[in-house]
Amino acid sequence: MVTYKTIVGMEIHVELKTKSKMFCGCKNDPFHAPKPNIYTCPVCLGLPGALPVPNKKAVEWTIMLGLALGSEISLFSKFDRKNYFYPDLPKGYQISQYDQPIARGGKIVIASEAKQSFSPRHPELVSGSKIASSSRFNLIGTSRNDGKTIRIHRVHLEEDTGKLIHSTVNGKKVSLIDFNRSGVPLVEIVTEPDINSSEEAKAFLKKLHQIIRYLDISDADMEKGSMRLEPNISVKIMSLRINAKQSFSPRHPELVSGSKIASSSSTPRNDDESELPSYKVEVKNINSFNFVKKAIDYEVGRQIEILEAGETPVQETRGWEEKKGVTLPQRRKEAAHDYRYFPEPDIPPMRVTKDQISELRTKIPELPDVKLARFIKNYQLKPEDAARLTDEVELANFFEKCASQLSIINSKLSIQSLANWIINKKVDYTKASPEELIKVITATKQVKQVDEVELTRVIDQIIAANPQPVAEYKKGKTGIIMFFVGQVKRELKGRGDAVSIRKILQEQLK
Amino acid sequence: MLLDKTISELAAGLRKKEFSSVDIVTECYDAIEKHGKELNAFITVIDNTTALTYAQKKDNERTENTSPLHGIPFVLKDAYITQRIRTTSASNVLKNYIPQYNATVYQKLLDAGAILIGKMNMDAWGHGGSTENTDFGPAKNPWDTTRVAGGSSGGPAIAIAARMSAFAIGEDTGGSIRNPAAWCNITGLKVTYGRVSRYGTIAYASSFDTVGPMARTAEDCALLLELVAGQDPYDATSSPHKVPKYTQKLTGNIEGIKVGIPKEFFGQGLDSEIKKSIDIAAKKFESMGAKLIELSMPMFDYGLPVYYLIGPSETSSNLARYDGIRYGQGRNQFTPETMRRIMIGTYALSAGYYDAYYKKAQQARTLFIKEYEKALSSCDVLLMPVNPTPPTKIGELMSDPLANLLADVYTTSQNPVGVPSLALPCGFTTTNLPIGMQLVGKMFSEDLLLNIGYAYQQETDWHKRKPGILESP
Repeated sequence: MVTYKTIVGMEIHVELKTKSKMFCGCKNDPFHAPKPNIYTCPVCLGLPGALPVPNKKAVEWTIMLGLALGSEISLFSKFDRKNYFYPDLPKGYQISQYDQPIARGGKIVIASEAKQSFSPRHPELVSGSKIASSSRFNLIGTSRNDGKTIRIHRVHLEEDTGKLIHSTVNGKKVSLIDFNRSGVPLVEIVTEPDINSSEEAKAFLKKLHQIIRYLDISDADMEKGSMRLEPNISVKIMSLRINAKQSFSPRHPELVSGSKIASSSSTPRNDDESELPSYKVEVKNINSFNFVKKAIDYEVGRQIEILEAGETPVQETRGWEEKKGVTLPQRRKEAAHDYRYFPEPDIPPMRVTKDQISELRTKIPELPDVKLARFIKNYQLKPEDAARLTDEVELANFFEKCASQLSIINSKLSIQSLANWIINKKVDYTKASPEELIKVITATKQVKQVDEVELTRVIDQIIAANPQPVAEYKKGKTGIIMFFVGQVKRELKGRGDAVSIRKILQEQLK
Repeated sequence: MLLDKTISELAAGLRKKEFSSVDIVTECYDAIEKHGKELNAFITVIDNTTALTYAQKKDNERTENTSPLHGIPFVLKDAYITQRIRTTSASNVLKNYIPQYNATVYQKLLDAGAILIGKMNMDAWGHGGSTENTDFGPAKNPWDTTRVAGGSSGGPAIAIAARMSAFAIGEDTGGSIRNPAAWCNITGLKVTYGRVSRYGTIAYASSFDTVGPMARTAEDCALLLELVAGQDPYDATSSPHKVPKYTQKLTGNIEGIKVGIPKEFFGQGLDSEIKKSIDIAAKKFESMGAKLIELSMPMFDYGLPVYYLIGPSETSSNLARYDGIRYGQGRNQFTPETMRRIMIGTYALSAGYYDAYYKKAQQARTLFIKEYEKALSSCDVLLMPVNPTPPTKIGELMSDPLANLLADVYTTSQNPVGVPSLALPCGFTTTNLPIGMQLVGKMFSEDLLLNIGYAYQQETDWHKRKPGILESP
């Protein structure tokens, strides 16, 4: 019996939100520019004679991202030129990093929850969503109880390109170029092909997004394009004797990262855990985590169908068609791209000292995992509530401000009530102030409370008015107490809490 | 002639009001009028009323404290970006290009009050050593107009030799300042890589390109370098190395200076008259108190291959921006020589060839750095020829691409290493063609090179000789 294993590596581009661009002093704010081509200069327009000068902040932030991902920071790093022609690339090359990126290695551990929504038909055969409908295919995933590690291959720094706008002006079809984005600092994060399902991909991306937002180095807005996602997808044919619980670990990590692939095997069938399929399909144009998930599911289904027919899927770049929910081949390149990388002679190599790295490490804020653990421990919150509160760093900060306000005013309001309120009422932390919020919660709670005198009066009144049920209760039909609770609640117009009402009733009915 | 004077003499005269900027600029335009067309040194001549108005303004505002360059006319190789003034790099690809900003070196000269009078002919993109690979017609040597002026900074060298300008800014990637300086009998300095900002210099090979002065004397070069050198926030490769007062280092004393003579640079292929002139110059140095040391630089033969792999590799990338979308002209407008260099570079960087060519060349470059370090550890400066032959006939090099490359044999190895080199006149052939020599020093040793050059020019008068055409009516 043949089974299949999904293999995905991710390439993620993130625009850093530094004040100025990567290699010039132009304002870095392409998405809020009132007009095209206003944040430009000889450098980012690639004019003759202009030279790039690297943005120190962008380099530091990339190092900090590397540190946050547990990467090894290169003490020696350099920029390289990636040569290719495209109208949005004014120099004819992109300044990027080739063989000596700022950071290498690292990992992100994703929660095992990512697996739980899967509901595999067989424990050892995990099906992807599209595949689930077709019992012909057996897709191996990994099933674990603890978190899964997705290894980071590298993190490097480069510059963004200009933006092409295809439009009609005076009835003529034209292509326009906006260079406001040209030269914006862009970080590329490449994973190892450790992702084995669309759910894992989504969980990984959410976690990465969260870390970037915590570091406050990018808006990481997928709609606008300041975070761009490119999965590289392939499917590996396995035989059942392979233990599905084994983790996938390539023997030569340097060969399996994003842009390179082990090409030793001409046939996709290979039972060796360490070997990758001989092809991969890169999917572009994806602007949400859900679409990454859908695109992977679609691709895995498509590729399995090809493999079932005894063929190997073509190595190519495909585009995600959001409306149709499919991937379609993008224009195939006539030949493999040769970017003729070579060291950027206009920028001296970068040397970072261990002291500088330590200094940057101190600037890294508390990261999501640590914050989550602390929220659970210090505030005694339920893990799911702590997770909701730490999802966004701004919300977490807001919660903490509220919590400290509680202790300042010595409020009787419990932390859990505060958490519940913030989560359930979806409090807009950008507008609310902690002081105001606590006043509102406290006031509402007080309205709900009933003073004991009134409560006792109402209970006595209800008992007096219902002799029949009282008799039944006293005969042992204790379930009827809920009838009394309901009556009291109605009399109090919903005020009072059921637990204390019940308690008093039990006392009175003894 | 006012333009026979050094810049400091001109500056002194201006200050004493012996003559005016208008007088100097007028002299330049007279020479341009007389010889400009024949020598074809200019691509763009600044309108003379503009220049003269500017000169008048400078005359009016001159004080005791103004820069010595205040009111002094100069020219730029057309590789320098000049705002609102056409900048072509001698290529049809940029034949109508009007830049929006100023090169740092140009801005510094403007700030000092110098007066630009022209943008000069050159080998397009710096690709050549004769100013024949230009879309604006070959430039002619003022000493014999049937011969080339050298290159790629041919136009600037001609302008100085023919008294059409007081000084020039050239650009040296593999001899482009030194080669025309030697063939036109002027003084030119290839600076240490990073000594002068490259911002606004149209790139040929970014890791070799240097911006340097061309003038009549070493003293002039010292004055110019003092002004244009220094770190520039717009050029990440510009050096923070302190800029000395070069003019104050001109003592004229070279007692005890060790002059190394690498034998490989005087072997087969070197014209006998050139060799003889440099031998005599060496003796002169000795008579002035210097010590001559014979030494060997066995890497010599690899200088050209290293240069002609890395240079074209970088140029293939640097010229990618002229993609036919901007600047109005297509890539078919590149000359055959430029296309050759783009193709060689593209090939050397291609997957599968990178290791054998580009990478090997970079490794050899490292060996060259060590070779120069070693040579310069046993002496203070190296004495070398600039050109293997006197100026060639127009058309000679263009018809033979290989001979064209070999013309650079003595000047290409210094650029991959980064060391400075001063080229200066040291004699004439029997047919009255100029001969130059070069003094190569350690990184950032321009002060020493300029002082040796200054000392030599105090003892000799080669640099004072003028081409015959200037004497004719």
